[in-house]
Amino acid sequence: MNIWLTMLLAGLVTFTIRLSFIWIIGQRAIPPLFRRALRLVPPAVLTAIIFPEIFMPTGQLDLTFGNARLLAALLAILVAWRTRSAVLTIVVGMLAVWLFQWLLH
Amino acid sequence: MKSRLAEFARGVRAELPILVGVIPFGMIYGVLALEAGLTHLQAQAMSAIVFAGSSQIVFAQLVHLAAPGWVIVLTTAVVNLRHALYSASLAPYLQRLRPAWKWLLSYLLTDEAYAVTVIYYQSCPEPAVLAESEQRIASQPDLRHYFFLGAGLALWSSWQLSTAAGIFLGAVVPQSWSLDFTLALTFIALVVPNLKDRASLVTALSAGLVALLAFSIPYKLGLMVAALVGILLGLLVEAKA
Repeated sequence: MNIWLTMLLAGLVTFTIRLSFIWIIGQRAIPPLFRRALRLVPPAVLTAIIFPEIFMPTGQLDLTFGNARLLAALLAILVAWRTRSAVLTIVVGMLAVWLFQWLLH
Repeated sequence: MKSRLAEFARGVRAELPILVGVIPFGMIYGVLALEAGLTHLQAQAMSAIVFAGSSQIVFAQLVHLAAPGWVIVLTTAVVNLRHALYSASLAPYLQRLRPAWKWLLSYLLTDEAYAVTVIYYQSCPEPAVLAESEQRIASQPDLRHYFFLGAGLALWSSWQLSTAAGIFLGAVVPQSWSLDFTLALTFIALVVPNLKDRASLVTALSAGLVALLAFSIPYKLGLMVAALVGILLGLLVEAKA
């Protein structure tokens, strides 16, 4: 298949997936069970993205003190929980990861 | 008009920390796409046509391996399957929008835009709901889709520009700067304050754990499995309570 055609189809497929439920649900009433499930999508998906990033930064599970990202993330979780400030969480997290990387090297 | 602009700006601002990590990622994609044998134009066009980072990198790798076109399209679909969850999650908030808005926002529906937008929708009370209890603000329209548009366009333009930077300059940001870590940190900032009940806590922890166990499943399918298991367990905990 021509690479341009392949690219267009890949783009179309991606767009269709993104539009899928927005289109299907349309103006319809949403069943209560489905609505309850939807409420849980953000914690489910976002945590599923975060965990490998912090526990397996090199693709291998790393629960040691040598894992700078894990230490920084734990600190960031604490900051997010206590302050609820996104800016503070990110700034502290980045400073922490740089500090731990520097200390551990 | 002013409040539309304000919502838009709020969306852009919420996206900013994520952009710090996305820009190096876009550069890496640009470099990998050229290495895989795509032309400058093809590499750049893919960022606009497909507009989904991980699947673009997989696409480039498969082109390099001379995989058949249908395999590439199918693989792209699998890698981007998780966006169906985002679509479902945001659908209730977009119900009243015109089709053109739904199409535009769907095009802009990436992990990064989804994360900030869904948390904004959940944490910011809906004007229409308020209107039922308080008559005097009944005329206030729901403009939160401008937040979505702002977040989506901020990401879109950074993705296009960083792709171009990767193509023409190479990956100029060293990996050791760990700028990609801003994504995980932003998601932490979005998730942690919203874990207010047992169901969402169970969902988050189980989804995270399954994501680690299922990490080796290719094409981001482990992520889908993890999210679905997390949601199911959360629902069970909720039903018991």
